[in-house]
Amino acid sequence: MIKKILPLLWLWLVLAFIYVPILILAFYSFTDATMVGGSVGSLSFDNYLNLFGNEDLRNMIFGTVALAVASAIISTILGTLGAIGAFYSKRIPKTIINGANQIPVVNADVVTGFSLCVLLIVFLGLDKDTYIPLIIGHVTLCTPFVYLSILPKLKQMDNNLYEAALDLGATPTQALFKVVIPQLLSGILSGFMLAVTLSLDDYFITTYTKPSTFDTISTYVVNATKGSQTEVKTALWALSTVIFVIVILVVVAMNVIPSKRKEANQ
Amino acid sequence: MKALKFNRKHLCIPYSVFLILFVIAPLLVIIYYAFTNGQGEISFDNFIAFFTSTNTLGTLVYSFTVSIVTTAVCLLIAYPTAYILARGPFKKKHVLLMLFIMPMWINFTLRVTALKEILAVIEGNLSAFPFLNTIIGMSYDFLPFMILPLYNSLAKLDNNLLEAASDLGATKARVFLQVTLPLSVPGIISGVTMVLLPSMTNYVVLDMLYNSTYIMGSLIGSYFAAYDWHGGSMISLVLLIIIFIVTLITNRFSDDDSSNRGTIL
Repeated sequence: MIKKILPLLWLWLVLAFIYVPILILAFYSFTDATMVGGSVGSLSFDNYLNLFGNEDLRNMIFGTVALAVASAIISTILGTLGAIGAFYSKRIPKTIINGANQIPVVNADVVTGFSLCVLLIVFLGLDKDTYIPLIIGHVTLCTPFVYLSILPKLKQMDNNLYEAALDLGATPTQALFKVVIPQLLSGILSGFMLAVTLSLDDYFITTYTKPSTFDTISTYVVNATKGSQTEVKTALWALSTVIFVIVILVVVAMNVIPSKRKEANQ
Repeated sequence: MKALKFNRKHLCIPYSVFLILFVIAPLLVIIYYAFTNGQGEISFDNFIAFFTSTNTLGTLVYSFTVSIVTTAVCLLIAYPTAYILARGPFKKKHVLLMLFIMPMWINFTLRVTALKEILAVIEGNLSAFPFLNTIIGMSYDFLPFMILPLYNSLAKLDNNLLEAASDLGATKARVFLQVTLPLSVPGIISGVTMVLLPSMTNYVVLDMLYNSTYIMGSLIGSYFAAYDWHGGSMISLVLLIIIFIVTLITNRFSDDDSSNRGTIL
């Protein structure tokens, strides 16, 4: 009996650690309270109205999402092709690419961001306001993870399928798009999702490479916690809640759609 | 000359070029800046300054402490969690796993804000427990990144091996210690590398939780704010060396990836 309850209890405890802060913040975002634990006067949607009414906040959210999607698309293409190419390369180039790919993964984001800043902005004199350093930074951050999420799928893949496609008359390009890529699709998708996540979550690379007038959610939140504008602070509670709900919806969709499709196929 | 025929191998060319330009080159530039001064002359001043200042050495020690404690806490929470999720009698393991790694999708500054508000209510004055808060904040931030690789390595464990071990008379504890645990080492290693180094440098967590002590990342942040590229490069170089050493050590433990060898064309 205890043996069954104990693991469940542990899982619940970890879930509580993860979600209690987010849920409490969500609760307060729907009130007129100005601090967590403070007095709650009444239900209020002011925080949400501020969040979408304030042009600064709106631009910041839009910019963050646009940056994440753009860099995830570039990273996914670059990483997928890179992983396939490297996987079928000879041992030495493969080892070198794997090694270089590992650098941004193990490297601290602060160092990646700072070194890109020194190279692109200080050494090469690129203008921050072109957004080029920012996008390069985010692609540098995300691509290695796309690469890494595709590699195991390549290892699992039956290599005979590609050979069979060629024997049956497919060109290498056809074999690539009709045989190899479909087999890797789950890896590519999870790589893309990971890239979006990493880009949305990033603070350091953004700080060191962004135009001074541009803010992502991370840099905005960190600046906001240093200031004492209550209105912005509580609007960010609303933002946290909105993101939480979106994440839940995405996760549910990702889990429901594949199982529905499976049912439809049967 | 042979005409260039399309080959799967060539697909890695764009990424290789990208890696050279934006991964390798920045590191070389960092080394250059670390050992030159504002006039472009070779100088060891930054190097000497780093290793003779008690401030920076103290920061180094504090960084190590924070990151080692954070990694240990994450591992202690994540391993049982991943184990229960991967080996437990649940029908939809992936859905359950999602619950635990979902915070990865939520911006970490917003999550730390949420945590900060709760800690402020519990503790009253946040600045009273800077180290504790930092550990809690870092663990809160990095836990999903530890759970995921552990789950992956535990979920793909071959059940036959575990059954064979118990059939041959091993107790449950022995099966775990001699079969499960060694086979999950690659997962542990990749989890540790995803927590150990970021927690040495993620100074935003400290800033947000009002811990004014510097870690290595904070030093780079302050040099960046002061436009001191040479000083910042020296700190980056020190971090790179630490990272390189840690990676060498961790690779030694995860090098038995035999699946790599079966795939040479």
